[in-house]
Amino acid sequence: MTYSTVEIWTIIIVMGIGTFLIRFSFLGLIGNRPMPAFVLRLLRYTPVAVLPGMVAPLVLWPAATDGQFDPVRVLAACATVLIGIWTRNVLWAILGGAATLYTAMGVTALL
Amino acid sequence: MTTSTVKTPAKSAYWAGVRDGAPFVLIAVPFATLFGVIATDAGLTLAQAMGFTILVIAGAAQFAAVQMMVEDASIAFVLLAALAVNLRMAMYSASLVPYLGAAPLWKRACVAYLNFDQTYITSVARYEARPEMSVSERVSYFVGVATPITPLWFMMTFVGIVAGQAIPEAWALDFIMPIMFLAMVSPMLKSLAHVAAAAMSVAVALALVDLPAGTGLLVAAGAAMLTGALVETWMERRAR
Repeated sequence: MTYSTVEIWTIIIVMGIGTFLIRFSFLGLIGNRPMPAFVLRLLRYTPVAVLPGMVAPLVLWPAATDGQFDPVRVLAACATVLIGIWTRNVLWAILGGAATLYTAMGVTALL
Repeated sequence: MTTSTVKTPAKSAYWAGVRDGAPFVLIAVPFATLFGVIATDAGLTLAQAMGFTILVIAGAAQFAAVQMMVEDASIAFVLLAALAVNLRMAMYSASLVPYLGAAPLWKRACVAYLNFDQTYITSVARYEARPEMSVSERVSYFVGVATPITPLWFMMTFVGIVAGQAIPEAWALDFIMPIMFLAMVSPMLKSLAHVAAAAMSVAVALALVDLPAGTGLLVAAGAAMLTGALVETWMERRAR
């Protein structure tokens, strides 16, 4: 890393302000004004539209295996989703997914 | 899901948020520590690493920025890429408007500062499940979810900087984050429209994976939201 102290602080502060403005954007500017029904309908799907796409490449091509398909990670991901749908509980899904990951890693290490 | 009758509604909403945010501590602790370690290894001072964590509080973007700084990318490129990673939060911001738009500006500013994946998803799931919540209860709940996560995120970054030791690869920490995100989103797959949106998101994100940081995801998210809304409309017409 060859940045000067000022350059590093510039990155940190601009990133901080930029990130805040992104987060504040609609919530700050629209406030209590009504939004069109179809826009509201679109926005209802925000969580299920963002997270699966964010995670999918990490599941199929994990950085830790240099992008090689890894059955252990795919298995853990499937277990997490199934437990999440079945229990509707975030904590159980995390614990179940992590348990599957570590069990499968342990088993493959033994084989 | 019992709520105490002695507390005021806003207070009990706050504590419900604290309880629902608590599981994420399990993940915030190792990741914040890891950020402290990586930032120090990259050559950032204690103040700079803490500045990052406190001013930005966005795990993925922080890691992305430090990674690019290690590679000596130009400042403009570091900023563009890291902010692109955070652009999804503009969608979060918009989707909170129907629930929190009526709150006072300073409260909306606080929520905006604390608006990251975990607080956003957890809160929206609660707002959807309980449409009777008042605006101030919703704000209290949001801040409640952030309460166990945010101070620990700061503290453990500090521990990572000071005690800095690499976390063994055998922990497969890289994969705990995807598991957390999947655990957060899968309970929300409650209708055909939601499943269709998620499937579209995955398909487009995989197809556009080679686009620069975050941009493929934005296209995928847009396509997925449209898919969800259209399937919902179609199901309504069919039901009639």
